[in-house]
Amino acid sequence: MIQALGILGALIRGVWITARHFLVNLFFHTLQLFGIKTKRKGAVTIQYPEKKKELAARHRSLHRLLKREDGKPRCVACMLCVTVCPSECIVVEAAEDPDPEVQKTAARFDIDLTRCCFCGFCVEACPEDAIRMDTGVIDISALSRADLQYGLDKLLK
Amino acid sequence: MSPFLLVLIKVVVALAWFMILTLYLTWAERKESALMQDRVGANRASIFGLRFFGLFQPIADAIKMFFKEDFVPPFANRFLHTLAPFLSFFFVAVNVAAVPFGPTLAAAGRPLVLQILDIDAGLIFVLALLSLGIYGVLLSGWASNNRFTLLGSVRGAAQLISYEAALALSLVGLILVFPSLRLSDIVAYQGGTLLGFLPRWGVFLQPLGFVVFFIAVFAETKRVPFDLPEGESEIIGFFAEYGGLKWGLFMFTDFMEILIVSCLVSTLFFGGWQVPWLGDAGVHFPWGADWHWPAWLIAAARILAFQIKVFFFCWLQILIRWTYPRLRYDRLMELGWKILIPLSLLNIVGTAVLVSL
Ligand code: SF4
Ligand code: SF4
Repeated sequence: MIQALGILGALIRGVWITARHFLVNLFFHTLQLFGIKTKRKGAVTIQYPEKKKELAARHRSLHRLLKREDGKPRCVACMLCVTVCPSECIVVEAAEDPDPEVQKTAARFDIDLTRCCFCGFCVEACPEDAIRMDTGVIDISALSRADLQYGLDKLLK
Repeated sequence: MSPFLLVLIKVVVALAWFMILTLYLTWAERKESALMQDRVGANRASIFGLRFFGLFQPIADAIKMFFKEDFVPPFANRFLHTLAPFLSFFFVAVNVAAVPFGPTLAAAGRPLVLQILDIDAGLIFVLALLSLGIYGVLLSGWASNNRFTLLGSVRGAAQLISYEAALALSLVGLILVFPSLRLSDIVAYQGGTLLGFLPRWGVFLQPLGFVVFFIAVFAETKRVPFDLPEGESEIIGFFAEYGGLKWGLFMFTDFMEILIVSCLVSTLFFGGWQVPWLGDAGVHFPWGADWHWPAWLIAAARILAFQIKVFFFCWLQILIRWTYPRLRYDRLMELGWKILIPLSLLNIVGTAVLVSL
């Protein structure tokens, strides 16, 4: 009997909590509807495409390739990122660089974003700091798979 | 106007009103659950850039469902598979006929009953139709010819039958207290006051009966604390093999059931269209003061009161649905057979003793 009353009490408390959330949120929504600014909002939702949340400094977004001072890509085609990538989605083809100091450069650098899992290992592996994931671009979407194959042209932008 | 035409008009108006309410109940459910969880809820559907808090969402959903493929699995029984959603919708929608929307109006000298069918066994009619809803569940699960749906519908049938007993028994006390089974009489009887100040509503005459009835009827709607027939999140339910409009019809039936349940609860236990202290001449306050209202105002207040009560119970049901987790199967049976039925029997005995005193 006492247990049953306890259960009943817990049930009522549960409904009370949700009803309180409902009424309080409704109150703040109504205030906002009439243009009254309150510090507390009715919902914690961020209405994404219109309002954007600030990304954390270490957020991993779309990749980019960095350039040297002379404008050529920093990448020396060492294949470390290709090796470490768990999704095996980077393809690098090496070519000879006229600069004897550099020796090698990437003739082709493709990332298949349909397979990338944004783990950031490629950034960690790169000895030349040639690839970074700090563009802040997170709305990466396309209507065809081919549009998600990012090559040198797109990555160097 | 011929009586036939009058009934036809009543049917069309009442059904249309219920359809609209049901459509917007889906919106209300989304918005209310969102508010309870500190979210915003569906607000994107728009017409010419006007969003109106997502009020167009049900229309968008309907259009989406309309254009989906009407798929019947090759291993299913085509006829019964198609029949099942319509059957369950029919048994719920027919209940609209018994709902007393308001008092009898005097229109152009003749009485206008705001009820489609004022049957003298209205209560039994409603109970019978509520239990017939089980056919939709059973047929859809069986006709899909899929083990999971069959299991779901068997679970559903077991649950519905178990709670049917408690549902009917909880109303016996009400029948003892009220002199009639006619729903309009039941509402009319709830008009006075108890002890001078409490409105003579079923809930004050039958508090235990109300609790048992509300839990049992909630189980009949197959919604979350009692959603074993569906179990959409993990245990697959009886309409897993449905898609498009037929699935939509099942959902629509579910929401309409909420509405019907709200109508029933407010009719039987919360005075239907009665407004507390409002008599046929005006408001009679418990401290003796009188305040005269014109007849049209009284009628309007009563019709509005019924809708407000229905809305409140829809709100309450959605609140409960989004608060509690699902019951385990054995707990569900325990609640039905070992708690609700004994409680309703106790209620019958207690009421009988009190009434005979
Ligand atoms: S982020 Fe991870 S998955 Fe994506 S390209 Fe770099 S290493 Fe591969
Ligand atoms: S690890 Fe860096 S330098 Fe090596 S191939 Fe990848 S991007 Fe180029």
